[in-house]
Parts: sequence; C-alpha cells; structure tokens
Amino acid sequence: MSDTHAQTVRFVRDTMLPEQAPPATAVGVIGWLRANLFSGWFNSILTIIALGFIYLVLSIVVPWLVSPTWDAASLTECRGILKEMGSEGHFGGACWGVIRDRWVQLLFGFYPSHLYWRPILALVLLAVALAPVLFGEHVPKRLIWFSAIYPFIMPWLLWGGSVWTPIMVAAGLAVGYVAYRLIAVTGGTLLALVAGVVAAMVWWLFLLGPVSGGFDSIIPLGLEGVESRDFGGFMLSLTIGIVAIAISLPLGIVLALGRQSDLLILKSICVGFIEFIRGVPLITLLFVASTLLNIFMPPGTNFDIILRVIIMATLFASAYMAEVIRGGLAALPRGQYEGADSLGLNYWQAQRLIIMPQALKISIPGIVSTFIGLFKDTTLVSIIGLLDPLGLSTAIRADSAWNGIVWELYGFIALLFFICCFSMSRYSMYLERKLRTGHR
Amino acid sequence: MTSMTDPRDESFRLSMLIYDTRYRAATIQVIALISFLILIGWIISNTAQNLKDLGKEPSFSFLFEPAGYDINQRLIDYHSQSPHLRAALVGLLNTLLIAVMGCAAATIVGVLVGVLRLSRNWLVAKIMTFYVEMFRNVPVLLWIVLFMAILIESLPSPRDFRGETPEATMQVFDSVAITNRGVYIPEPLFSRSLGDLHMFGNGALSFDISLDFLAVIAVLVAGFFVSGRIKSRADAIQNKTGVRPTTWYLRLGVVVIPLVVLLVALGFHLGYPALKGFNFQGGTYMRNSLIALWLALSLYTAAFIAEIVRGGILAISHGQTEAAAALGLRQRRIMSLVILPQALRVIIPPLISQYLNLTKNSSLAIAVGYMDLTGTLMGITLNQTGRELETVMMGMLIYLAISLSISLVMNWYNKRVKLVER
Repeated sequence: MSDTHAQTVRFVRDTMLPEQAPPATAVGVIGWLRANLFSGWFNSILTIIALGFIYLVLSIVVPWLVSPTWDAASLTECRGILKEMGSEGHFGGACWGVIRDRWVQLLFGFYPSHLYWRPILALVLLAVALAPVLFGEHVPKRLIWFSAIYPFIMPWLLWGGSVWTPIMVAAGLAVGYVAYRLIAVTGGTLLALVAGVVAAMVWWLFLLGPVSGGFDSIIPLGLEGVESRDFGGFMLSLTIGIVAIAISLPLGIVLALGRQSDLLILKSICVGFIEFIRGVPLITLLFVASTLLNIFMPPGTNFDIILRVIIMATLFASAYMAEVIRGGLAALPRGQYEGADSLGLNYWQAQRLIIMPQALKISIPGIVSTFIGLFKDTTLVSIIGLLDPLGLSTAIRADSAWNGIVWELYGFIALLFFICCFSMSRYSMYLERKLRTGHR
Repeated sequence: MTSMTDPRDESFRLSMLIYDTRYRAATIQVIALISFLILIGWIISNTAQNLKDLGKEPSFSFLFEPAGYDINQRLIDYHSQSPHLRAALVGLLNTLLIAVMGCAAATIVGVLVGVLRLSRNWLVAKIMTFYVEMFRNVPVLLWIVLFMAILIESLPSPRDFRGETPEATMQVFDSVAITNRGVYIPEPLFSRSLGDLHMFGNGALSFDISLDFLAVIAVLVAGFFVSGRIKSRADAIQNKTGVRPTTWYLRLGVVVIPLVVLLVALGFHLGYPALKGFNFQGGTYMRNSLIALWLALSLYTAAFIAEIVRGGILAISHGQTEAAAALGLRQRRIMSLVILPQALRVIIPPLISQYLNLTKNSSLAIAVGYMDLTGTLMGITLNQTGRELETVMMGMLIYLAISLSISLVMNWYNKRVKLVER
C-alpha cells in the first residue's frame, strides 16, 4: 500500500531541508529596529517625533552641562566667561561655580568643618549596620550585634557629648530586662512585662541624668558637642529620614496590630490615630512641631526643634506604615491564623513566628515606598525654617553673588535625592525577587 | 471520675483579671482606655497651664477681627479689612481650586503617560519611563520651588511688552500674556448678565455665585442628560433590531445648540488682557505661584498615576484581549469595551489616594507664596494674632474634613464600579 502515495504524488520529500537563516530584516539590529521602532506607519511617526524630541532636549542640555565655569566666584563672573565663549541667554551654559563654592554647605549645613568626619563615620557605620539587615546572606552573622548597638552610637557621633549618656540609655534596656526576669519568676509574664517597662522608664526619666553625670565626673570621656541648629544640608535630611524611618516601622506594626485586633477600645484608638494623621498634610504636623509641641508639654520643657520634627515625622510615617502592614495582614489567608492557633501558639508567638514574617514580606514594596516618601518629605522642614538643602538653596539664591541661579543648584539637590530614592526603589525590587518563595 | 468534668468553683478572684482569657481582654482594654485618658488629660492640663502663663486663653474671637493683610489670588471678594475668618475662607477656596485643577491635569497626563509607557515603540516607552522615574524620585517641594524659580527667572517681565519693538509678544492670537508675574488669559464676560446670587447674607462667609455661570451649567447638564437618553434609546433599538440608528448629530445638537443659544442670549464675549501702564489689565490673572504649584503638583502626581494606570492595564490577563479579538472587535474597541472597564476597578482605589495626596501636598503652596489655607489661616493669621493652638487645630480639622469627604465620595464611586461577585 505504501506505493499508492508515490503513484498519486510525483515527489515526496524524505529528508528535512537544512534550516535557513532568518531574513536579515527580522534579526539583529535591523530586526530589533523593525520590531520596536518602525512596526507600522504610526509607530514610525512616533519614533521620528521621539527622536526629534530627544535631539532637541540633548542639544540644549549637553552644551549647557559642558561649561567651563567651575572656578567662577559669582554669577556675573560665570556670565562673563560664557560671553567670551559666545554663548548667552538662559541656556548659554551652566554656572558650576556655585556648586564648587557651596557643595560642602549643601551636604553638611553649618556643622563645624573640623568635625565632618563624625557624620561621615556615622554614615559609613550605618552602611555596616544595615548590611546584615539588607544583605543577610553575604555578611557574617555576628554583625547583627553591631546593628543592635548602632542606634546608640549614631546620635552620640552626630550630637557629641559625654560617652556615658548613650551607654546609660542602653543600660536602661538592661535594667528593664533584669526587672522583667526578676518578676517573671514569681509574678507571671504580663506583670513582669509591665514591671520591666516601668523600671526602664524610671531609669530613663529620673536616674539617667544623675548617673551618667556621675560617671562623667569620674571619667570625663566624650566628643565635642554640636548644637542642633548647626545641623543642615543633606546630612539633616538623612538624619531625620533615617531616624524617623527606623522608629516608624515598629510603631507602624503595633498600630496595624491594634487596628486588626478584636479589642474595641484599642482598635478605635488606633483607627482614630491613623485616620487623623493620614487626613492632614505633613506640613500641618510640622507646624504642630514648631509651635504647639512645647505647649503640650509640662511648663518649662523646651526641647530641640530637630527632635520635635523627628517626633512628628515619625508619627506621620508610622500611620502610613500601619496601613501598608495592615494590607499585608489582610492579604494573608485565614488558614495561616487558624494553623497557628491549632499549633497551640499564643497571640505573640503566632505573630512572631507565623503572621509577621509573611505579612511583612508581602508589604515590602509598600514599606519601601513609604520610606521613599518620608525621605522626600524631609524637605518640608525647610518651610519651618530648618536648613535642609532646600532651605540652604533659598539662602544661596538670596546671596548677591549667586542671585538668579536656578538649574545648577536645584539640579544638584535633585540629583542627591534621586540617587537615594532611586536606589531604594531598586533595592525593593531586588528584595521582592529574592523573597518570592511563593507558588508562582 | 465525674469530679473531673464538674465545673470548677467559679468564685471570682482578682488574679483572674490577668490570667483568665475571658477577662483578660477587658482588663487590657480598661487599662488602655485609662492610660489614654490620662495622656489626653495630661496634655490638656499642660496646654491650659502653658496658655495661662502666656496670657492666651483659648478663644476664637480673633476670627472676626479685621485681617489686615491682602490676598492677591482669590476667587471671592476680599479686602484687607475683611475678618480673619473670611481670609481663611479665601484660602480654603484657593486650596480647593488648586486641588481640582491639579487632579484634572494629573489624571490626563498620568493616563496618557501610563498608556504610552506600555507602547510597543521602545523609544516612546523609554522616554516615559525616564519621566516617571525623574518625577517620582525627587521631592515635590523641590519641583514646586524649581518651577517657581524658572517662571520668575526666564519669562519676560510686563515691561518687555512695551514699546515699538517689544522684546516679548503675547501668545495665541494676542490673547494670552505670559509674564514673569503670572499669566493673563481671556476672561468670559456677559454683556446681558443675569446678575449674581448672594449667599449667606453679608457676613464673613458670604459669597456671590454668578447666575450666568449657573445657567450655563444647567443647560450643559440638561443637554448631556437628553443626549444620554438618546443613546439609551439607540441601544434599545439596536438590541431589538440589530441596526443602530445614527445618532451622533442629534446627540451633539442637543448639547451644543442650547448652549450656543444661551451664550448668544447672555451676550457672551471674551475680555482680553491689555497692557496698560506697567502691567496688564483685564482678563483672568493667574499668578506665577498658582501656575508653578499647578504644574509641579500635577506633573509629580501624574508620574504616580501613570504607574497606577500601567499596573491596572497589566493586571488584565492577556486572554481578555485575545477573546475580544476573537469576537472580531477592533483594537480601539477592545481597549474601550473590554480592557479599560476592567482596569478601572484596579486603578480607582490607588487613584483616590493619589488625589488625596495631591490635595494634601497643595499645602506646600506656602513655599511659593500662593495663599491657600496653610498660607492664610496657618500662615499670616497665625503670625498676626499669635493664636497658634486655635489656627493650627482649625487648619488640621479643615484638611481632615476635605480628605474624609474626598475619600467618601470616591469610595462611593468605587463601590459603584466594583465587580459584583457572587
């Protein structure tokens, strides 16, 4: 029967043809161009318009950027140099002299210049302290102990003062822990917890000052103190941002748990707090920090404006953080809670071992974007008169030498923020990929 | 053996408040409530003591004293002898104005950029990505002051428009003047005006509503309503017979013709700005601060909205597009009938929070001197009267009320478009 086919069809191919290379227009650069830029007349027009636009922008920006005004001491001098080169007008060329003249100020504000090593060291140590948290598998495990003591080192490095103060603040934690262990033996965990907190509070509020003062008089050891009003520039933004971010995460978790809990009164306090903070602009909270916070405190209290701003920024961020984490908690399947219950775990064990690790993982993108938002919002402190980069830029533009400068100054500040925020968002993407252990 | 199942002696002991799970929740709550009340009480007593020491007992009478400062961008009548309350109202209206303008512009730009970011054209997609990353990763306050600085430094001053050979000329058929003090655009005028509607008497909160404006709105609403009826009738006919009657000229007519008739009857014309002396007169004047704030806020928020739109469109599974194509729908109809209605459900909740953010960010107007609620009530009024507690609290409550009402309205809308699941 096999030959019937041969009789009806003249030719039957019995071997495969060798593969041919695809046409030159479908592969390589040309293929890519055809697929991505010139597929159809509409896309071609779009491409041409886009090319024209890019050319237009670059033809203005590149000559402007390449401008030999690095050494100029004032805007008029810059304009003189540019005039000699024959380029004038708004986009004749950048005046980089202002950056050379003021970049140190934009970074450090009025921090004493012989102490610049301290904020720099604090930043480097921050990177070291963050490494075990951010890139856990690439660094030694024991570094996490350094992360734990870093919160006490950083304020000491920045503000200076006696070395005993941070040590005694840290000792407060030990006091609280000892009280907890002592009571836990006889009185049960809840009572012990209360006792621990009370003991630590008493230590911080009443004993801290005398004890660290006493130690200081015996062994005077410390760094030169720096006033808060000397803080400024990008360092100030980083300080406010990092401190507020670090404190707002645990606060946000507590608020989110409070909002999710069955305890009606706790829940309504948390909901009220979160919705109030989220309903008002940050600038009004900063007004509270600058005008009202001292009124709310006992008469005679007068604490530092930066501290007040940090408190309000922390409260602000923690409300947003709480909502992000609540989203993560809500996204967990009910079965996880029930599974934890069926294992006999109590509330805190279930939260620590089952719920939080998963909920936090889900909410990472939201947490990082809250961080980014808070960091960008630190610029608002310029409105209440702190000298962050934006506050300084107003002062620089009011200086007669640099009156009329726009793009160079703001471009520099924008670049600083862009680098920080962009790398944070890239890190969050990396983390999302790394933590994606799910069933997708 | 029965003794094991017997209920234990239920006499109440104090320790059960902590160790019995039935009572523990109540104990914790009572403790929390008491500590919360103590905290509040402590703050209030501190505040009362401090204010007494300063000689400033809380009182809102300052709201009815003359403000004594001028507001240059305003929607309602205001002069420097108006009370502080009216200054706050002017500020509130300015806040709402920038919020509405900003939300509208941000939505348009954001949707456009979001769709273009998904374009198959590599170059266009990259440009849009660049725009989004650039605006998202730089503080909005920086954008606001940068735009303000650009407007002041690079635009011609009104003086440049003068003389035989002026350095600057007006744009768009000599109707728009763009200067470094602000932009003057033609204003709508009615030569046979219907007059104004006076609201709330002559008190601090009184304001006028132009009846012409109301009439135009009423005619437009009626026109769109009739047009909607024509559409639903056409739908009914199409469902019954399969043939859709041509209705576009009818639908256009019922909206446009009454409007034109009304405008002619009211004697509608445009008032153009003209250079008189050292400055422009006539036309609607938008100050630089308003324009800088508007551009910065809408471009900044648009970057976020673009990401939301992109995410919403990507969230619709590709099978939907393919199924629609299999039904024979064209590309544009697939977008409008299949993809967008579903994407909207994903897009709207985060879009609401972006609108809220924009409204709250509008309080940064104080950085460029646009007189919004922060600038009037919490700015100059605070400085002049020294009543920080009252002004800041009032300001916060007003912002809270705005935020809550926006989210109420938007949540109601969200509920309407939400997928009804079984």
